Amino acid sequence: MSEQSSVRLDGQGTAAEAVSDEVARSEEASILLDGQKVPFSEGQTIMDAAMAAGTYIPHLCHNPEFKPHGSCRVCTVTVNGRTAAACTMPAQNDQVVETSTEALQTERRRLLQMLFVEGNHVCPACEASGNCQLQAVAYYVGMLSPHYNHFYPQRPVDASHPDFFIDFNRCILCELCVRASRDMDGKDLFAISGRGINSRLVVNSPSGRLGDTDFHTGDKAAHVCPVGAILFKHQGYDKPIGERLYDRQPISEVGDARAAEQGDQSNE
Amino acid sequence: MNGRLETAEHPERLKRVVIEPVTRVEGHGKVTLLLDDDNHIEQARLHIVEFRGFEKFIQGRPYWELPVLVQRLCGICPVSHHLAAAKAVDMLVGARELTPTAEKIRRLMHLGQILQSHALHFFHLSSPDLLFGFDDDVAHRNIIGVIADHPNIAKQGVALRRYGQEVIRVTAGKRVHGTGAIPGGVNKSVSRDERDYLLAEVDQMITWGQGAVALTRDLHAANPAFNNEFASIRSNMLSLTAPDGALELYHGGLRAKDENGDTIFDHVDYRDYTQHIREHVKSWSYMKFPFIVSRGLDNGWYRVGPLARVNNCDHIATPLAEAERQAFAALADDGPVHASLAYHWARMIELLHCAEGIKALLHDDDILGDERVVRGDMTAEGIGVIEAPRGTLFHDYRINEDGLVEKANLIVSTTNNNQAMNESIRQVATNYLDGHSITEPLLNHIEVAVRAYDPCLSCATHALGKMPLQVEVVSRDGRVLDRLVKHANGDIDCTL
Repeated sequence: MSEQSSVRLDGQGTAAEAVSDEVARSEEASILLDGQKVPFSEGQTIMDAAMAAGTYIPHLCHNPEFKPHGSCRVCTVTVNGRTAAACTMPAQNDQVVETSTEALQTERRRLLQMLFVEGNHVCPACEASGNCQLQAVAYYVGMLSPHYNHFYPQRPVDASHPDFFIDFNRCILCELCVRASRDMDGKDLFAISGRGINSRLVVNSPSGRLGDTDFHTGDKAAHVCPVGAILFKHQGYDKPIGERLYDRQPISEVGDARAAEQGDQSNE
Repeated sequence: MNGRLETAEHPERLKRVVIEPVTRVEGHGKVTLLLDDDNHIEQARLHIVEFRGFEKFIQGRPYWELPVLVQRLCGICPVSHHLAAAKAVDMLVGARELTPTAEKIRRLMHLGQILQSHALHFFHLSSPDLLFGFDDDVAHRNIIGVIADHPNIAKQGVALRRYGQEVIRVTAGKRVHGTGAIPGGVNKSVSRDERDYLLAEVDQMITWGQGAVALTRDLHAANPAFNNEFASIRSNMLSLTAPDGALELYHGGLRAKDENGDTIFDHVDYRDYTQHIREHVKSWSYMKFPFIVSRGLDNGWYRVGPLARVNNCDHIATPLAEAERQAFAALADDGPVHASLAYHWARMIELLHCAEGIKALLHDDDILGDERVVRGDMTAEGIGVIEAPRGTLFHDYRINEDGLVEKANLIVSTTNNNQAMNESIRQVATNYLDGHSITEPLLNHIEVAVRAYDPCLSCATHALGKMPLQVEVVSRDGRVLDRLVKHANGDIDCTL
């Protein structure tokens, strides 16, 4: 809030206009999120409003740089008593939204547990460990075990590209790489193929291998994977334990892995 | 040797005694004894019953994952696997020589590792046998009993282990299964605060290390005839040594000596290990049987670990440990010390060396440096060999052009000692069990022999003290004649 005020005062408006805006803002539309009044502006979703207010709603497939997808359902909240995905649900005045209830956290835990057993998420050896959104959200919702039987799928790694590799074992089908390649890179290199439990990430090349595409380190799709599925080759574990993103603070305080990475780059 | 006891001529006529699992070791081991009607031992075998499959399931994984992935082989000595794999990966990425900072931080990590593992091995797992006797009440013959009767010894053992774990935490990020070593170097330096933190206690550790050596020396001196003879076998010995022949734990050339102490080969580049070491498969064990090629299968088996290292080296670079090595070497009039129980004595000499070595490295400003990683031209094969707490450890990987593992060969310390452990339990079976009815204290003699070498049979981890033990004596017609059961809480029942 104070940050927004300073932006206005730093802009071209006069002090009188700023005071007038403050008055208007006190009357602007808002939702009630876990009992707290959270303002929003026209066109914002519940997730947008919550993020702007600094209130964390766990999510995996959502990235504010992209059009909401609503596929992982981890951001499910109750809106006036009915469940909805916070990332796709438009905010409306006086909505009563709950996100931190034990019932919702339990549902999220189940979603996370299913994601963990459907793939091969071996955190102890994974180079994304400590910087992984899936792992961080699992900690946030209190997931202590996979609970369900592991599927142990057989998914070979695609390391055919000189600079990147795809570990399909860790893909959670968030489609962020699909969206980034299609909507921002204009390359359309990734897609989800199959249906239901058989859904899987595929690479759009004659061989189906990443090495046969023009995937490039400058592509947005190279920098959006929230887990350890699309990573640089020949490196890993560069950040010592204790200095990784989620080693000291939970995701509810430090935010999404890739957003933090971009913040680091812009600071440099 | 007792080679005849490896395979009985008519096993179907013999009764079978099984020690499964062997206790106060990490991982699952099993000893089977075949006895005739007069309780004479006809066959004795140590089996490693767990199949881990690491060499297979790392196929297809990226090479840079290996140091972190394969260390999961073990919960006691993960740093050894971490660093052996890291050395192999250095070779893959063409890092011929690490920066002084990286090299010394890895060495520091490794010394911390051997210090903590040796403390665990001796104080927690083996000292109950040595302090109380092999036939002490089993409910008392454990670390809890040591805490009750010898609180100072127990406290020092726990504190030594904790200190080693702290050295690992500072260098690898975590006490167990850290990430410190990465391709071509390390991912963190030691800060001044961390160095000061470790320096504050290092002199105490050296003092306690001297006490630990004195304890093993005194235990040996209490009954030299027995300690020299128990589970004793004459064998070849294999270890790494430094170019000047000094005890070397992190990096050096391979040295093998025969049972008389004569050199079989020396300063061998470990990347050529396949020319000198081969592995043999026997149908009754998951664990292979390595041997020195020039000596052949029957005479080429060897021992590794503290006993081999302290016997093989010409000297130890740190003064207190070197003085203890000289006293140790005097145990044998001529040639190497072959007493299997002397493993513990040699182990504590190495523990003292580690404490001294940690102090020296902590005073070296290179560990504070910022140059941590070097890279060169990629190669397809990477071999890393290191001295793990229990002996020489080989990691050998081949990768494809995409950087994925195609083939892996791991020869772990336990495997190197496989034949030797079998020979030792045969010696014990012959000397102590032959002709006697089987009792728990007698069976513990077998376990004491195994523990002298290794508390870590399959490089697996299990909770200490939760391993039940069941021993059955079965007649040749299949009837169970006798059964002893040790429950997870330490209670023992005779169920027949």
